[in-house]
Amino acid sequence: MAGSNPNAKPMDLTLKVWRQKDRNSPGQMVTYPLKGISPDMSFLEMLDVLNEDLLRKGEEPIAFDHDCREGICGMCSLFINGRAHGPERGTTTCQLHMRHFSHGETITIEPWRAAAFPVHKDLIVDRSAFDRIQQAGGYVSVNTGGVPDANEIPIPKSIADKAFDAATCIGCGACVAACKNASAMLFVSAKVSQLAMLPQGKTERKTRAENMVAQMDIEGFGACTNTGACAAECPVGISLENIAMLNREYMGAKLTSENVAS
Amino acid sequence: MNWFTKTFSSTIGRKVIMSITGLFLCSFLVIHLIGNFQLFKDDGGLAFNVYSEFMGHNPIIRTLEIVLLLGFVFHIYDAFVLTRRNKTARPVEYANTRPSENSTWSSRNMGLLGTVILVFLIIHLYNFFWRARFGDIPADADGVENLYMVVVESFQQWWYVLLYVVAMAALAFHLIHGFQSAFQTLGLTHKKYTPFIQAFGYAFSVLICLGFAIMPLYFFFFF
Ligand code: HEM
Ligand code: SF4
Ligand code: FES
Repeated sequence: MAGSNPNAKPMDLTLKVWRQKDRNSPGQMVTYPLKGISPDMSFLEMLDVLNEDLLRKGEEPIAFDHDCREGICGMCSLFINGRAHGPERGTTTCQLHMRHFSHGETITIEPWRAAAFPVHKDLIVDRSAFDRIQQAGGYVSVNTGGVPDANEIPIPKSIADKAFDAATCIGCGACVAACKNASAMLFVSAKVSQLAMLPQGKTERKTRAENMVAQMDIEGFGACTNTGACAAECPVGISLENIAMLNREYMGAKLTSENVAS
Repeated sequence: MNWFTKTFSSTIGRKVIMSITGLFLCSFLVIHLIGNFQLFKDDGGLAFNVYSEFMGHNPIIRTLEIVLLLGFVFHIYDAFVLTRRNKTARPVEYANTRPSENSTWSSRNMGLLGTVILVFLIIHLYNFFWRARFGDIPADADGVENLYMVVVESFQQWWYVLLYVVAMAALAFHLIHGFQSAFQTLGLTHKKYTPFIQAFGYAFSVLICLGFAIMPLYFFFFF
């Protein structure tokens, strides 16, 4: 990140923000003018400024998700000017800076839109569907016993790298938000292939693929049309190769597992 | 539900059906195109009529015809089920969305492109297949049903030619995304082969559809 720029001029902006009281109320876009925003602020800091304004006026501040503000936790979301996490590729909203916007610009801010991610309030959506998919099999349930010696289980570096790349998924849901089908395939594929590639994860690979995909379908996410929108908007660059691997894992599991009932 | 129906009614299972039937339909396009090139033979359609007669009566072809029909039925059925599911997966649309920043137009409009192809298919089948099989078509100089004449006459009408050209453009865009997409759906991706599959799929889509589109244009402008 560049240091603060003394020449950067404060910006005036118009925000169009989705406001919704609670899950059962209808929502609407509300327009807020905002003055004197520093280009060095992050997008969330800009919203903090707006919320302080609203509080001073006695209005309800805008509810939005955030936690680490360091791009690692996956809590922040926001569909900004028609893009998940805003116009910059490979960034979360907390890592997006106002210098990427210009003075006088109108910025639309919407929550993730998916049947499986119902809006809680304003810009906050309920992403617990992801938790339930994880609970369906996104873990290794073997007893680990004592600490094994380093390098006791040889894993080729290329495989370790791929598994690690898949493991960087922060569960933000931008893939669902960006996909025209609100499909969760990129998320599920990252979770499935990360474990399927490593020896510890291989023991349960069949039940994992079967159960996680079944849960994904139950939650009401759409199917994959291979548009690639997910990978293009993913803040950590999870690759489409993982979706190909998930397809292999799932069909392989379905055709060869002992599970005849479902 | 047992494992089999469960597998093929899952989102991934349905996509696998679509990809297998889609690639099968691609193989049909090759055969259909090669056969139809006999229209260009300068013999007043005799060779084309013999070929059509063979396609209409050979028992192996007639059996494959049923497989082809099933391919279409499964492809279209799952396309319908998935496209509907995908629409309900996002009940509230975004007020502002810029999909062209992250995906191609054809990849986002497979349902629309497929529907154009389906409308074309129905008209096309009625005009050629239905009339060849069940209609009353006069014989040519060799005493074979003169389907060639039906083709020539059909392609004298401008709206018919337009329908064909539009449908072939739709098919080209359908396949530009669909061909390589099918390999991704089947999990057949590899650093070495995927770039080739993508390039081949693009060339395949453009060439096959150009080949089909040339026929109505040829008979409209040069006959
Ligand atoms: C000659 C005719 C056709 C051929 C060769 C063909 C081929 C293909 C191929 C190869 C795919 C990619 C499958 C995948 O991504 O796994 C595909 C997808 C698709 N096709 Fe077709 N198709 C044809 C006709 C149709 C028709 C008539 C319809 C609809 C009425 C249709 C609707 C679709 C849809 C919606 C998809 C995208 C499915 C998805 O990714 O969710 N197609 N097609
Ligand atoms: S795959 Fe990428 S976009 Fe999807 S949840 Fe994981 S980090 Fe977010
Ligand atoms: S707030 Fe943690 S990733 Fe943005």
